[in-house]
Amino acid sequence: MSGSTNASEPQPGRTTRTRIGRWWWVVGIAIVALLVVLLAPLASSDPDGLERVAEDTGFIGQAQNVVGGLFGDYGIPGIDDPTVSTILSGLLGVGILLVVVFLVGRVLARRKA
Amino acid sequence: MPFLSVATAPVTGGLEPALHAADRFLSVPISLLFWAISAVVIGIAVRKTNRQIDEKMVPLMGVMAAFIFAAQMFNFQVAGGTSGHLLGGVLAAVLLGPWAATLVMASVIAVQGLVFSDGGLVVMGANIFNMGIIGTLGGYWIYRTLATLFGGEDRGRVPAAGIAGWLSVMLAAVSMSLMLAASGTSPLEVVLPAMLGVHAFIGVGEALITAAALAFITATRPDLLNLRPDRAARASAGGSSATGTTAARAA
Repeated sequence: MSGSTNASEPQPGRTTRTRIGRWWWVVGIAIVALLVVLLAPLASSDPDGLERVAEDTGFIGQAQNVVGGLFGDYGIPGIDDPTVSTILSGLLGVGILLVVVFLVGRVLARRKA
Repeated sequence: MPFLSVATAPVTGGLEPALHAADRFLSVPISLLFWAISAVVIGIAVRKTNRQIDEKMVPLMGVMAAFIFAAQMFNFQVAGGTSGHLLGGVLAAVLLGPWAATLVMASVIAVQGLVFSDGGLVVMGANIFNMGIIGTLGGYWIYRTLATLFGGEDRGRVPAAGIAGWLSVMLAAVSMSLMLAASGTSPLEVVLPAMLGVHAFIGVGEALITAAALAFITATRPDLLNLRPDRAARASAGGSSATGTTAARAA
């Protein structure tokens, strides 16, 4: 990349001078979606590191949230099949993060204080 | 799996990742203290990111957030009926710089808690500190130090990031242990060795995934390695137009 755009220029760097084109992040999103579909159902349900320690040292009884989130633990209400529910919640989370972080990043990149 | 249940609804799934604390694991003063600390660090990260980043890095921030969320859903098996998952702070920082990476990590943890009840909302500040700040900023510093020792980032990127990834998990485990001890949940001499022992194994997964992801990007899209503000600034300064850019150094 040989300085085609400067940080202060609002013009999006979509020129073909650099190899950073549009398509790579479409591939990136596809890889992430594939990871969710293939790996999420295979995730280990054993207690994780903190839970293992909580069990072994006796404070697992305190494992409650005072305020929880919108959905339960990576499941979509009304979908009974746990695999489908996990995959859908994973894709939902992926979509939310793509949009949120993209928008936050774009505002921070464009509106220079 | 009956652990980490929400106060109102019992939990049925089995995907509670490592190091996500539940609300009652920590005392209210500790929870509030780390909400305040995390808020301040996020504020600094917003300002630094605003000064440093170019629009070209924004899609990579989005994809990294999505990847880290997906990877954190995948608990891998470690020894003795225990599981763990990627944190991702070092991976994000190597690609995005420490401050944008901190924002990405905080976003992931916020969505996990707000939407999927993974980690309590009262302790979210502590979770952001442990999983999104200390391993990301500390891990990035370790990465840069190791990469210099290994003869520069282009030669030492993959091993430096792997080792920094392992250490970032250990840093997070130490921080979590100190919070648990300060909250009166468990004495430090009990909880610290237990946390370090378990996370020494989980950190190996972090090291392998971090190294593999960077090796994959190096092989397929090495240009993505130059989007980080300090590298982009150096590339443009060394190029045809030596523009005085504000994104001089990431740290």
